[in-house]
Amino acid sequence: MRIKIILLSYLLTLVMGVTVVEIVSAQQPTPSDDQVNEIAKQLYCPVCENIPLDVCPTTACAQWRELIRQKLADGWNEQQIKDYFVLQYGDRVLGTPPPEGINWLVYLVPPIAILAGVYILFRAFRSWKRPIQSDNLQPNSSEAPQSTDPTQDEYINRLEEEVRKR
Amino acid sequence: MVANLGYATLIITFLVSIYGVVAAYLGARRNSHALVDSARNAMLLTFPLLTISALAIIYLLINGHYEVQYVTEVTSNSMPLYLKITALWGGQAGSLLFWSWLMSAFASAVTLRKWDRDREFLPWVTLVSLVTLAFFLILSIFVENPFISFWHTPTGSITTAMFRPAGTSLFIPQDGNGLNPLLRHPGMIIHPPMLYLGFVAFVIPYAFAIAALVTGRTDARWIRLTRRWTIVAWVFLSLGLVLGMRWAYDVLGWGGYWGWDPVENSAFMPWLIGTAFLHSVIVQEKRGMLKQWNMVLIILTYDLVIFGTFLTRSGVLSSVHAFAQSAIGPLFFGFIGVTFITSMILVIYRWDDLKSDVEMTSWFSREALFLLNNLLFFGLFIVIFWGVIFPVLSEALGIVGQKIPSLSSIFTGQKVTVGPQWYEGIVWLPFAGLLLLMGIAPLSSWQYSTAKTIGRAMWKPSLASLLVVIGLVLVGFRSLPALLGFWLCSFVIFVTFYEFWRAAWARHHARNENLLLAFWFMIGKNRRRYGGYIIHLGMILMAIGILGIELFQEQTQGTIPQGGQIEIGQYTVKFDSLSVFDTADGRNVARAVVSVYKDGRYIGELHPRRDYYYESQQPMTIAGVRSTPEDDLYVLLVDWQPLSTSAATFKIYHNPLVWWLWFGSIVFILGSVVAAWPSKEPEMVMVSKSIPETSKA
Repeated sequence: MRIKIILLSYLLTLVMGVTVVEIVSAQQPTPSDDQVNEIAKQLYCPVCENIPLDVCPTTACAQWRELIRQKLADGWNEQQIKDYFVLQYGDRVLGTPPPEGINWLVYLVPPIAILAGVYILFRAFRSWKRPIQSDNLQPNSSEAPQSTDPTQDEYINRLEEEVRKR
Repeated sequence: MVANLGYATLIITFLVSIYGVVAAYLGARRNSHALVDSARNAMLLTFPLLTISALAIIYLLINGHYEVQYVTEVTSNSMPLYLKITALWGGQAGSLLFWSWLMSAFASAVTLRKWDRDREFLPWVTLVSLVTLAFFLILSIFVENPFISFWHTPTGSITTAMFRPAGTSLFIPQDGNGLNPLLRHPGMIIHPPMLYLGFVAFVIPYAFAIAALVTGRTDARWIRLTRRWTIVAWVFLSLGLVLGMRWAYDVLGWGGYWGWDPVENSAFMPWLIGTAFLHSVIVQEKRGMLKQWNMVLIILTYDLVIFGTFLTRSGVLSSVHAFAQSAIGPLFFGFIGVTFITSMILVIYRWDDLKSDVEMTSWFSREALFLLNNLLFFGLFIVIFWGVIFPVLSEALGIVGQKIPSLSSIFTGQKVTVGPQWYEGIVWLPFAGLLLLMGIAPLSSWQYSTAKTIGRAMWKPSLASLLVVIGLVLVGFRSLPALLGFWLCSFVIFVTFYEFWRAAWARHHARNENLLLAFWFMIGKNRRRYGGYIIHLGMILMAIGILGIELFQEQTQGTIPQGGQIEIGQYTVKFDSLSVFDTADGRNVARAVVSVYKDGRYIGELHPRRDYYYESQQPMTIAGVRSTPEDDLYVLLVDWQPLSTSAATFKIYHNPLVWWLWFGSIVFILGSVVAAWPSKEPEMVMVSKSIPETSKA
């Protein structure tokens, strides 16, 4: 009898344990938080500007994340979900402007500006640079002083020259 | 009463400033010492006057005078005293006054120096400082008055006005709204003053630049005079930025330190141009070149400082920092436009005087490399400026699409977000270029260097840095960006140490000094140079931290029951308990206790929490962080089950090496102190100008 009770209680514990485990695992949403955040990271809600959706603490953003989870569970892919949010709330939900229309400027201006800067600098250099009179210059490699440590000597020269300049 | 006193003092200060501007102008025109001295005295008077005004607000804040609108907006009964005092810069109206107060402090300090040798600069420096001050006072008096009070109208509504409108009575709320919770962090208490100190200090070199332009003394004199001011401004601005980063890391709960937010960018832009200026003035001092360029840089820095102040405090480009919305936009833009155009007209007027005395002679000379450094800093500025204004621009240009329907598909007028991905996709290249320059430039000589001379100087540090890369590959690093980044960092570190070593060794040999002593005297002999190198080292350490978190950050999120655990990398985080309670200062706190294990070994407890502020109905996520030089474990409490508190959601970041970001900032402050330390023989610097440069020219 006693053995039966013990066995029964073991069985009960086991069943309950399984149920508990099941409840716990049932609480784990099918698409994981990490999967949701992977997409949420690239989105911005229109209210909390400049805070990515994956880290925004507001209730509205939590609901958006749940929506992403729902869509993932329904089998939507990343692009479909992003398109859905753009359709609902406009381009601003995306972390970078979609390359279309005037938005091209946001991608083209920086490289063009930097290349223009390089070009201007290059031109300026060319116009500044005078032909170097080699006899005026000290560090002429062919006539380098024959010493034990040329770098050391050159450095001391430089040091002395700078001290003189001050 | 106190409010009236504060407001009256503001008006008097404004009148004194206007008087100072006029007196300085007339004094300079008529060459009248008496008028110039009077203008200087006006400048000196603004500081005690503004101190009275600032103290008036502080008095109102401390004593809970909620009839004053600003006091209601930023304080509440439950706030501790120190927060009530620092609420002076917790809102727009107060921080504008705070700006003016700091500005007058700096400008007064400048006018107190000895002016015997540069008397012709004095009226113009006073004038520029006072014009800037007057502009901010206009904002405080007419637009963002911190002394405005609430009034009860006979109809029962509440109105705000400085003085009592007819038929109304003073309305005194029982309690205030309290300071924005995000601002109640030690980092946020020091961050704005540091940033503002950096901002206002940059006004001084600008004022000297304008003085040099007006008086025609366009040699390097103005640069020598403001050398230390520029470094001080730069240090404060850098410190302000770093504190802001630390604040974001601790308080905003996104696991990072920099979000490329418009407000962060607006403080970063003057830093970029200011840093370019800091380097290119050395070229003017040493070689008499880039005079026009230096003028442009300091003018731009000044206007970016004003732009930055405006962006922080207006809602035009709304962002997490833009707590306040106000109508001061047109005034700011007007002032920026007027000062920029006037300054540039002066530069064009003096264009020929500002031509270089000498020419560039070599592609690898130090001046050429400095110019390249300027190009990279300027490029970074262009990128960031474009990223900041593009969303506003694209929205505003929607009007074109509306007017011309055929263009409506191009000019949609849709507001877009230019987020971190965009910035990070571009800025890495100029940053990598700057790191490379940091390694090469110290090895180049003024006037003449060739690939050969530089190559000869750099082969040893290059070899050492390549060994580091080989070591990293052998350990298992395969990420190309990481290898490139760490190679650059190690290269600069080796070059810098090599430079220190060579100079100390040369001195040790030449003078028979003890090596340590030689090292010490060598730094003392040329503080700016070696201070600069220490700053470079600090920057490199920061770069290591940035590379670590940017390239190797891991994150995971999960909901776990009590006793459950989440794993990330070598770490295991176990959820022990969660308690929810109210605090005396009006917060509802949910505080979790988690145990942290590394490779299965218990290493400690963390307490991530979520504070909910009843007054402002705002939640705040405070991470539990374990920080070591190797990595940070950063745990956020995202959610929990309110009744049972038996399960909770945690977001966990693993941020390798980010500790070095903060450590590096301490090193660069140390370097700045070395660079800005007063020199014992300042007169020698001036005399040296008359010595002809015969050695190489």
